[in-house]
Amino acid sequence: MADLKEIANTIRINCLKAIHAGRSGHPGGSLSIADMLAVLYFNEMNVDPAKPDWNERDRFILSKGHACPSLYVALAQRGYFPMEEALKLRKIDGFAEGHPDVRVPGVDAPSGSLGMGLSQGLGTALGARHQRLGFRTHVILGDGDMQEGNTWEAIMSAGHKKMDNLVAIYDSNKLQGDAPVSTQLNMGDVGEKVATFGWHVIYVDGHDTDALQVALAEAKATKGMPTFIVADTIKGKGVSFMEDVLFWHGSVTMTDEQLADSLKELEHA
Amino acid sequence: MLDSTLQYWNVGEDVSVRDAFGRVLVHQARAREDWVLLDADVAGGTGAKPLVIEHPDRVMQFGIAEQNMMAAAGGVADTGLIPVVSTFGAFGCMRAHEQFRTAIAYPERNAKLCCSHIGLDVGPDGATAQMLEDLATMRAIPGVTVISPADANEFMQAFRAILDHQGPVYMRIGRSPTPVVFGADHTFEIGKATRVREGRDVTVIATGVMVARAIAAAETLAKEGISIRVVNMATIKPIDVSEVVAAASETGGIVSAEDHNVFGGLGSAIAECAAQHHPAKMKFVGVKDTFGKSGEHDELPAMFGIDAKAIYTACKELL
Repeated sequence: MADLKEIANTIRINCLKAIHAGRSGHPGGSLSIADMLAVLYFNEMNVDPAKPDWNERDRFILSKGHACPSLYVALAQRGYFPMEEALKLRKIDGFAEGHPDVRVPGVDAPSGSLGMGLSQGLGTALGARHQRLGFRTHVILGDGDMQEGNTWEAIMSAGHKKMDNLVAIYDSNKLQGDAPVSTQLNMGDVGEKVATFGWHVIYVDGHDTDALQVALAEAKATKGMPTFIVADTIKGKGVSFMEDVLFWHGSVTMTDEQLADSLKELEHA
Repeated sequence: MLDSTLQYWNVGEDVSVRDAFGRVLVHQARAREDWVLLDADVAGGTGAKPLVIEHPDRVMQFGIAEQNMMAAAGGVADTGLIPVVSTFGAFGCMRAHEQFRTAIAYPERNAKLCCSHIGLDVGPDGATAQMLEDLATMRAIPGVTVISPADANEFMQAFRAILDHQGPVYMRIGRSPTPVVFGADHTFEIGKATRVREGRDVTVIATGVMVARAIAAAETLAKEGISIRVVNMATIKPIDVSEVVAAASETGGIVSAEDHNVFGGLGSAIAECAAQHHPAKMKFVGVKDTFGKSGEHDELPAMFGIDAKAIYTACKELL
């Protein structure tokens, strides 16, 4: 299997191609999760692209659903469907909905309304426990998810229930729709707060695929509590003119020139 | 027909539908293993307590956090288990409405939502608990089956039917003692109305606690020589089109009767149906776009115009 960094880079390239083709989408938050998706789909998770509904598959839920361009292209790269389908992002003749839809092969939960992903992941984890199935559930949360009360209900509940088959990865890219997180609703040290609800918390560089693998291994080895990985990330990671620039949160239309400039950087990364 | 192992109540008895919920939960816990109950610390209120006591392994407890419970139900359903989510109407149908829409209905999860504390039937708890908008809010979500059984016996049949039905369902559970209308010979079928009483002058199409009141009104009118058909519309969505058309074409008009706001519930569903298939004169018995208040469950209907007398008057006005 190809190098995870290379896979993540290809996710970024295809993601921007999809957003460009779709004429709208959220590049910033899609680029910040590319490394996590590479590690999850190409190293960590037990899935079978030929059987997307196999009940014992590991689950993945993208709670920050607006970052789905990266998810769709990662699924295509993994073999769930042809890349052409992912490139029909937001198109009327395609299935690559503007936010995740379970009709997309490999998508395990709907999202796009922030705050519901961790609860749905808690649900799959509870279903696994009840039926004594060994699969694990991974949920990627964004800054917006952490501001939704629903997420904190799920944090309380999963900690209380000691769900050690559940992992949340918090993509902490520090910019939200209209302004920096620090000005909209500053949450301070999120990991510290989550830990008080009975979670094992790990801090990691969200763009370091090796560190992400180590963190996921630690999560798997942690018994009696769910794991919360605080992934320190850069919004727009990989494209210099997008990095840490609020505008690229989206939803934006990418010009041909912007796409070309982005690909030039990524293809030489 | 009710399963012989499931004990049912006698026609005419006053029984809270909550008691039926507890009884059928325990019965179905023994009968099948493919479902779990999701509760938010209100099993004592919804009637689910017997299950919690007898089969705690079949209950997932969420504490008072309904949004988490509802979205988690979507995930539970994804693993092949049927989640039966149960809470009070205001919390299940309103607070967690978007979770039901996005995490359950949109992905077409095989999940069931059963809510107690519905309508003025709630009584003394007052307006915040008296859910008068659930039929409207749940009916508006694509692909959701909406059911409102008339009594305890019908509820038990309906519960088994929704477990067998693939897809999202919302079902009302009553709270106050309600006359049992249906005996052991009744058969509940999703989407199928039942004609409780034959008549030719006016048809009352009622749901939930209003069915018994419709029968009472019809009996009074019969003494005056007026013939009232009474239909139990236990499934609000999909509505039984043929029974609405029959009422519209064979009788002089339709009175809808529901313990719900007059907007968006049973009356609206009937009107939508009749307008398209066989326009008819109608009167709407329901709560007139106002909030409820504290009072006993047998005092409030008269105050808010949803008692048997209100149905009687509406029928007279249609004649």
